[in-house]
Amino acid sequence: MNEEIVVNVCMGTGGIAAGGEQVMAAFRREFAEAGISGARVGENCRLHKVGCRGFCARDVLVDVAVGGQASTYQYIQAEMVPRLVREHVLGGRPVAEWLVGEDYHTFHDNQCKRILGDLGRIDPEDIDEYLAADGYQAAEKALTTLSPAEVIEIIKESGLRGRGGGGFPTGVKWQFCAAAGDGQRYIICNADEGDPGAFMDRSIIEGNPHAVLEGMIIGAYAIGATLGYVYIRAEYPLAVERLRCALRQAEERGYLGENLFGGQFALRIKVKLGAGAFVCGEETALIASIEGERGMPRAKPPFPAQQGLWGKPTVINNVETLANVPPIIRHGAAWYAAVGSGKSKGTKVIALTGKIRNTGLIEIPMGMPLKDIIYKIGGGIEGDRLFKAVQTGGPSGGCIPQQHIDLAVDYENLAAVGSMMGSGGMVVLDESDCMVNIAKFFLQFTQAESCGKCVPCRIGTKRLLEILTRITEGQGREGDIELLQSLAEDVRDSSLCGLGMSAPNPVLSTLRYFRHEYEAHIKQRKCPAKVCNHLLTFFIRPDSCVGCTMCARACSVKAISGESKQPHHIDQKLCIRCGSCFDVCKFNAVLKE
Amino acid sequence: MIHLTIDGKNLAVPAANTVLEAARSAGIAIPTLCHDERLAPYGGCRLCLVEIDGMAKPVTSCTTPVREGMVVRTVSERLYRLRRTIVELLLSDHPNDCMTCIGNGDCTLQELAYSYGLRENRFHGARREHHRVDANPFITREQNKCVLCGLCVRVCEEVQGVSAIGFADRGFETKIVPPFGEDLNCEFCGQCVAVCPTGALSARLWAGKPRTGGITSTRTVCTFCGCGCNLTLKCKANEVFRVDSEPTTHNRGWLCVKGRFGYDFINSPERLRTPLIRRSKGGPLEAVDWPEALQHIAARVTRFKAEHGPDAFAGLSSARCTNEENYLFQKLLRAAIGTNNVDHCARY
Amino acid sequence: MTNSVAEIADNKALLVIGSNTTENHPIIALRMKEAVARGARLIVADPRRIPLTGFASLWLRHKPGTDAVLLNAMMHVILDEGLADRDFIARRTEGFEAFAPSLASFTPEFAEEITAVPAALIREAARVYATAGNAGIYYAMGITQHVMGTYNVQAVANLALLTGNVGRRAAGVNPLRGQNNVQGACDMGCLPNVLPGYQRVDDGKARRRFEKAWGRPLPNKPGLTATEMTAAMLDGRLKGLYIFGENPALSDPNSNHSRKAFANLDFLVVQDIFMTETAQLADVVLPGASFAEKEGTFTSSERRVQRVRQAIEPPGQARSDLWIIDQLWRRLSEDEGYGDPPQAERIFTEVAALWPGIAGMSYRRLEEDGLQWPCPAEDHPGTDYLFKEDFNRPGGRALFSAVPFVSSGELPDRDYPLLLTTGRELFHYHTGTMTRRSAGLNAAAPEAFVELSELDADILGISDGEMVAVSSRRGAIRLKARVGAMVPRGVVFIPFHYREAAANLLTNDAMDPTCKIMEAKVCAVRITKG
Repeated sequence: MNEEIVVNVCMGTGGIAAGGEQVMAAFRREFAEAGISGARVGENCRLHKVGCRGFCARDVLVDVAVGGQASTYQYIQAEMVPRLVREHVLGGRPVAEWLVGEDYHTFHDNQCKRILGDLGRIDPEDIDEYLAADGYQAAEKALTTLSPAEVIEIIKESGLRGRGGGGFPTGVKWQFCAAAGDGQRYIICNADEGDPGAFMDRSIIEGNPHAVLEGMIIGAYAIGATLGYVYIRAEYPLAVERLRCALRQAEERGYLGENLFGGQFALRIKVKLGAGAFVCGEETALIASIEGERGMPRAKPPFPAQQGLWGKPTVINNVETLANVPPIIRHGAAWYAAVGSGKSKGTKVIALTGKIRNTGLIEIPMGMPLKDIIYKIGGGIEGDRLFKAVQTGGPSGGCIPQQHIDLAVDYENLAAVGSMMGSGGMVVLDESDCMVNIAKFFLQFTQAESCGKCVPCRIGTKRLLEILTRITEGQGREGDIELLQSLAEDVRDSSLCGLGMSAPNPVLSTLRYFRHEYEAHIKQRKCPAKVCNHLLTFFIRPDSCVGCTMCARACSVKAISGESKQPHHIDQKLCIRCGSCFDVCKFNAVLKE
Repeated sequence: MIHLTIDGKNLAVPAANTVLEAARSAGIAIPTLCHDERLAPYGGCRLCLVEIDGMAKPVTSCTTPVREGMVVRTVSERLYRLRRTIVELLLSDHPNDCMTCIGNGDCTLQELAYSYGLRENRFHGARREHHRVDANPFITREQNKCVLCGLCVRVCEEVQGVSAIGFADRGFETKIVPPFGEDLNCEFCGQCVAVCPTGALSARLWAGKPRTGGITSTRTVCTFCGCGCNLTLKCKANEVFRVDSEPTTHNRGWLCVKGRFGYDFINSPERLRTPLIRRSKGGPLEAVDWPEALQHIAARVTRFKAEHGPDAFAGLSSARCTNEENYLFQKLLRAAIGTNNVDHCARY
Repeated sequence: MTNSVAEIADNKALLVIGSNTTENHPIIALRMKEAVARGARLIVADPRRIPLTGFASLWLRHKPGTDAVLLNAMMHVILDEGLADRDFIARRTEGFEAFAPSLASFTPEFAEEITAVPAALIREAARVYATAGNAGIYYAMGITQHVMGTYNVQAVANLALLTGNVGRRAAGVNPLRGQNNVQGACDMGCLPNVLPGYQRVDDGKARRRFEKAWGRPLPNKPGLTATEMTAAMLDGRLKGLYIFGENPALSDPNSNHSRKAFANLDFLVVQDIFMTETAQLADVVLPGASFAEKEGTFTSSERRVQRVRQAIEPPGQARSDLWIIDQLWRRLSEDEGYGDPPQAERIFTEVAALWPGIAGMSYRRLEEDGLQWPCPAEDHPGTDYLFKEDFNRPGGRALFSAVPFVSSGELPDRDYPLLLTTGRELFHYHTGTMTRRSAGLNAAAPEAFVELSELDADILGISDGEMVAVSSRRGAIRLKARVGAMVPRGVVFIPFHYREAAANLLTNDAMDPTCKIMEAKVCAVRITKG
């Protein structure tokens, strides 16, 4: 018996949070006890940590391959490992009840994994695994066989566009920068991922940091930068750790430093930690932050490609954008452009969340219909409720309603329906979501994250939020919708940076598609989705109430009365509509109308 | 030179100009709140938005460099609406207590509110609270009147090189404070007070002093060192109650703590108000009138000259006083008394 | 200043020596900071950690009184490394051949011993200054108030000449004037040896011009300098003194000595706006006017003549100083005077006619932003920098003068082991007559202090804020100790603004033999607790 044994344990942040380290330790222990390593199978046993494959909801995900026969397990905990080792590794019989189901495969099979492909396969802390997966070949090809101008030309031809939100053609950006100034230039990797619920950049760096570094090397070569920065938030400790590890390894192997690939080109890359300000994802604010200033954006033009860091021409590319660069150089522009639609080429990594069965990180070909994302990859709406909308592009994006469910997802189409690609957040909403409340949620975020520099963003978003708040609290006034519309447009049109310009998007898009919900809040004082407590009446259905007294104990204003084991009653005069009774009732006896 | 069109006017301006500079050089007024030509462009207040052909959205003219063939509009219905909304938003978070505000009559926000006719405000909501912490002798801060134009922060950093203040917090609660929100502890040059467009920063010395009406402005020169800074003395009822400096002069309007806040010695009750004579050695100084004092001096000097010759007398002139006074002083010593024993304190 | 303040921003290198510019000339310092922001390299030579050191590329912390050695050593390096501007030396200077050997002994290593500045730093400073292109030197009383003050100034000039950094825009030698109109007082002939416009009293042709204009004979022998006057008062040669707008009883080094001299006078007239320490000694006190109460002109450090305008009336019976002097002029000259009240403009016109340097100026032309002299004609725009073509010497060439090593008049010894240097602080001006009567300024800087290093404080057992006695051979004062990093070991600093702890009771009245300046910047003191 000399079969190869490979065990992959998901050790992204999600995997670790679900117990990945303990699972890993358990495997190690079991292997040792069973004498697997060395003694029985020798070199052929590999226990292997891998990055996030996108389906974090099922963590800890574990692949067990014995003799080339691979199976994937979900929800694995440390205490399950002995049985896995015993039955599958040693016994050769997969543990059927712990294997992933059909949905795991539909989730993956409908994707187009060009960036995420290696994430669940290679050990991010081992450069040799990256090299084994053709790593640094693209950089070598670019630096030894192509001129900077040729590299730029290939990237332009590929149609690659900025994945951070703007969608600006990457090759054109590089070309501008290469043509500007005559001295020092910089390349910056923007890893300041700040959208709530977005984790594509984190996953890429955690799962395959060398791909990003390789993209930076190629970019730096193309524009003539000798110093690069990765601006990454300190809240991503694992990503930072793996990035630093990758930098160290790349330096040791000579992929960074002087005379790269035997030529004249030299590049150093530094890691710069951000303090978690959302606005620092805006490139000029990011530059200010690297320079040691408060992260506040500066007006453009001049663009960073002309005058960026320390006043020198600077290219800032998002993590995902850079990760796209090595495959383009390796396989050519035509290969890359073969996937995609219209002016949007290649794939897009999306963080799929919300009221959907399969949540996680996915990679789709540009132009995939929204419907396929939601129903094929996402497995449809949770609990079989009705789909209402999908919010794309994070707090800067907008809500897309049912009527556009067939929309092919690309930059232009999303913008046309009043939303945006953004960094690729996608939140699926169903009938139980109040669209006014959703708009308020995102405004709360952008208002709190406004840097305060420009008036429309600082005060305008505050006033928008206040109007939304009063609408959801039943204090909406005649004219509020028009006022919201007008102010949102003014904030959009007069703000300094992308944060302020896009902050009104959730308001504008919900006003566009769900105006009736606003009207219901204001005119009928009703929240159709039954979310806004101030507009609801809570009462107890006597036939369902078992008299457990949970609700009475949870009520902070003592509005609920009733004997133990007898149906309870809510005094509407005392009720402050906090919703606590609804939340604690285990018998669905509390209703809201 | 770059050629561009602003509001239909064909202009040729230096390549380094911004659209705002080009417009102003052609006499086209664009409102601003955060701009000062002595500081780097900022683009924060958004009032100077203009429309430029080929650009999807309005851009701030203060930060946009001119380009050949640019077509710019500074006036349009949309721009008017945006600017008006900005001022309205600012006023929605402002005490609007112009009646008792020290900045009344010297406030850009007030002028903007007036020019946009903002009697009503569509926006009502939270206002920032300000708890005063100033115990310093010079500068009073009323941060609920602060429009976050950043001029004070920038002048402190770019011009003074001190960076005593900076932005803190985010969103609506953003404010400008010294480290840890404490009282100011800086050089007190008052550059920040001079550039503040509202009543948010003022000098303690001005509190309760006249704001408008009956005030005379006299341009003169500072007396505190050899820099020769221009001062504008604001006076009423024979009292200097405020000092400013014009930004157009060689010191660009910048002053130091002495020049800006050290003028109250002028109104000191300790000023000498009458000539004094000591009639005998060791005796007291007694008040006398001018004819007596002058005659007394003339008589003594004449006697010295007769008894001991002119060189027994000497004069020490003043490096604080005017050229004319110094000239006449040495002329008095040389031509009237007849001695070259005249010097001044250049050596101290 | 050979150059204008605005040009400072265009300097590529700046050497600031003996000037705490941010505190004494804050607005000139702004241009220095601007130059640094634009990429200029700033060399600060100062024993104290003055605020400007925070902007400097190089800080040469030399011992007080060793400026000339430091400068000579820099020149030694410049010659040694072939960085001198030979072309400039050949075209614009003379005396170089005689001068050059004088630098031979001033090696950086020798200078390190004397100045305590590491030789490598001196070399680097020399290179930065010599290779910058446009380099400016800025100095103040830290250079001049020494027994070798004249030598120090010559050393500064030599350095500029050696590298061709003079006679150009943004390159020159710039003494920063401490008081608002020192420049003007000199220009107007308030000096014992020259008439207005630096025309010598012993130059017959010049004197005759004035005699003709003023209609009376003038004395041809140079008079006494202010420092010489003190001696003349003490030995009885000088019997009467008219002090106008000065407070020498507080500002003179070894001021006990000056006070004795004033007491020895038969007749002392003091004209001022406050009852100063000097006015208290006077036989007649005349109440003058503050700057806000008078018409006239001031001339700033950059030779800019600017209009002073009256904003308010003087208080009580106080009168404009021009009125007072004019009244005395009428009484003593039996001439008619300059109008009632006297017209400042009439006087200015009279000066303009007598001094070709400002012949082109008039109140009308000064109206906006003033004019910088020389301005010889009505259509002349004024002069932003001097010596563009010629230097003001016969033949038009600048002269190198060898500067020997001279040590300070009084150095620390066993009895007085610390070196005292004096100066101003930001919030006060000179003897504080005005600023200490400003509520805000006095609140910001209410009391005197002596700065000393932590090491010296530890040795003496003195803690920050403690009252100490500082004494020299001439006097003693009590004041608070300020312990910190401002001064190096062995050096202490006291601002001279405070009458209650007057630094000039301690300072030395040893004099520079040429220009008669007193050595306020170096003397020996001791500090004791209490």
